[in-house]
Amino acid sequence: MPQAGRLPSGLLESMKARYLIDRSSRGVLLICATVSVVILLAIAVFILQRSLPALGEIGLLDFLLGTKWDPNPVGDTPPSYGILVMIVGTVLVTLGALVIAIPLGVGCAVLLADIAPHRFRQILRPAVELLVGIPSVVYGLVGLVLIVPLVRQIGGPGLSLAAGIIVLAAMILPTVISISEDSIRAVPRIYREGALALGATSWQTMWRVVLPAARSGIAASIVLGMGRAVGEAMAMVLVIGMAKAMPNSLLDPARPMAPGIALETGYAGGIHLSALFAIGVVLFLFIVTINSIAIVVFKRGARA
Amino acid sequence: MKASRKWAFLIPVVLLVIGVLLAGCGKELSGTVTVAGSTTVQPLAELLADDYMQKHSDVQVTIGGGGTSVGITSVNNGTVDIGSASRDLKSDEPQLVKHLLAKDGIAIIVKPGNPVSGLTKAQVRDIFGGVIKNWKDVGGPDHAINVVVRESGSGTRTAFEEMVMAKPEPAVAIVNTALEQNSNGGVKQVVGGDSYAIGFISFGYIDNTVKALSIDGVEATAVNAKSGTYPIVRPLYFLTKEAPTGLMKEFIDFCLSDEGQAVVVDEGYVSIS
Repeated sequence: MPQAGRLPSGLLESMKARYLIDRSSRGVLLICATVSVVILLAIAVFILQRSLPALGEIGLLDFLLGTKWDPNPVGDTPPSYGILVMIVGTVLVTLGALVIAIPLGVGCAVLLADIAPHRFRQILRPAVELLVGIPSVVYGLVGLVLIVPLVRQIGGPGLSLAAGIIVLAAMILPTVISISEDSIRAVPRIYREGALALGATSWQTMWRVVLPAARSGIAASIVLGMGRAVGEAMAMVLVIGMAKAMPNSLLDPARPMAPGIALETGYAGGIHLSALFAIGVVLFLFIVTINSIAIVVFKRGARA
Repeated sequence: MKASRKWAFLIPVVLLVIGVLLAGCGKELSGTVTVAGSTTVQPLAELLADDYMQKHSDVQVTIGGGGTSVGITSVNNGTVDIGSASRDLKSDEPQLVKHLLAKDGIAIIVKPGNPVSGLTKAQVRDIFGGVIKNWKDVGGPDHAINVVVRESGSGTRTAFEEMVMAKPEPAVAIVNTALEQNSNGGVKQVVGGDSYAIGFISFGYIDNTVKALSIDGVEATAVNAKSGTYPIVRPLYFLTKEAPTGLMKEFIDFCLSDEGQAVVVDEGYVSIS
């Protein structure tokens, strides 16, 4: 026992130090949180400000409802900046991807959470998590080499809405699966036990008890997937065709907003560049709307 | 043993010093040259700059992109020494000193195996303008034509529009169902995979994955582009504000020399010599 008399002072020192670390880390975290909000605001203000020249020149209605996008026309025709085709493209490709990804993703989540044998789950789960980390350009390349030729055999040029939807569905599936699975797993055991004890079959238990209890998490997974789908540019540039015409069928090419920006930024200047920023504003509003709806839905879900 | 290890680190240092001294010997040229502009010229200019810097290690040649319009503005306001352009200057643009670096043919490509091997310039214009929509109208199978083009603003697209779509007047816009790709490589990839597609790429990108069509009966080769019989050829320029002097002149002279033009030919472009 060395110098018992000094022990309290040493202890005091270390407590002080801990207190200081505690306080300062709280400060650091606060700064981090503030910085992310400030960055978000700065981005919003920046893209809005850069988009104003184009919106002023084109007019909001002509911009949103115009069906012709031709920033550098040949000859003496004036340029046109209408993005309705791109808005429709974004909505169609996102909805299409969700139609495929929701049933598959939730089904796979149920399998992983409740049905699959332990060993199977041990392989499948890391595999799904790994899928989240694959860069989108890789999905695009695989789509270009595998999916596009398949779609081409059905008809059309191959690079199409259908190819975009399939690739996008594959991209958002892992997000839907992993978050849905977590929320299904989080449903208390007694719910299942109670349902089974009352004589419900496993299907009834899953469909009527577990899934409704996990619905807010499942909805969250869908919203996150939707966010990724709306914003995906790289993979879409490669597989969706990027034609400026309104698609008439799933086999026609389309031109969603995010890849529409990515395709042309390299050469754009002046009003053209500003118009691309204006597409960015529309995209931003899309995401904000989706997230707001999600928040409202979650709150209602939590209250019920 | 220990002592020798202690001094071993000096060996590379000494070698480096000797190397630097040797490199300095007999080189009177030093300084920097900056180039910016056309993205078609960019890869060619980068190779030329590498060769030049290997010969003159004290010279730093920086190559940037940005597009022809950027090249014209930057050289005019003095941001760069040399601008590059993949088209002729328009009448409303500042009149700069042009140095013809090379010529570049634009090839109309299809997938190998497509029975069509030649078109007239008017047919090309009708296909890309959406007037001819089926291969059977130009001697091919009864199947819709899938048109593949570059994105708006691309130098290759602009040159193609000026030489094919805008002549003769009035200009015809490219059909809006055309698939768009943002690189020569992308167009080549899509056309190479689709038996019914047609696209256009710079001569420098042609390989055996695609078939270049003859236009008005003239094959798409560098020889025919040089002789002027192949109809879709555009100039590639270096631009300077005034007659170049000093290092700028040295670099441009190197690019126009036999040695520089050999690089041009190696890359599949058309030499000027």
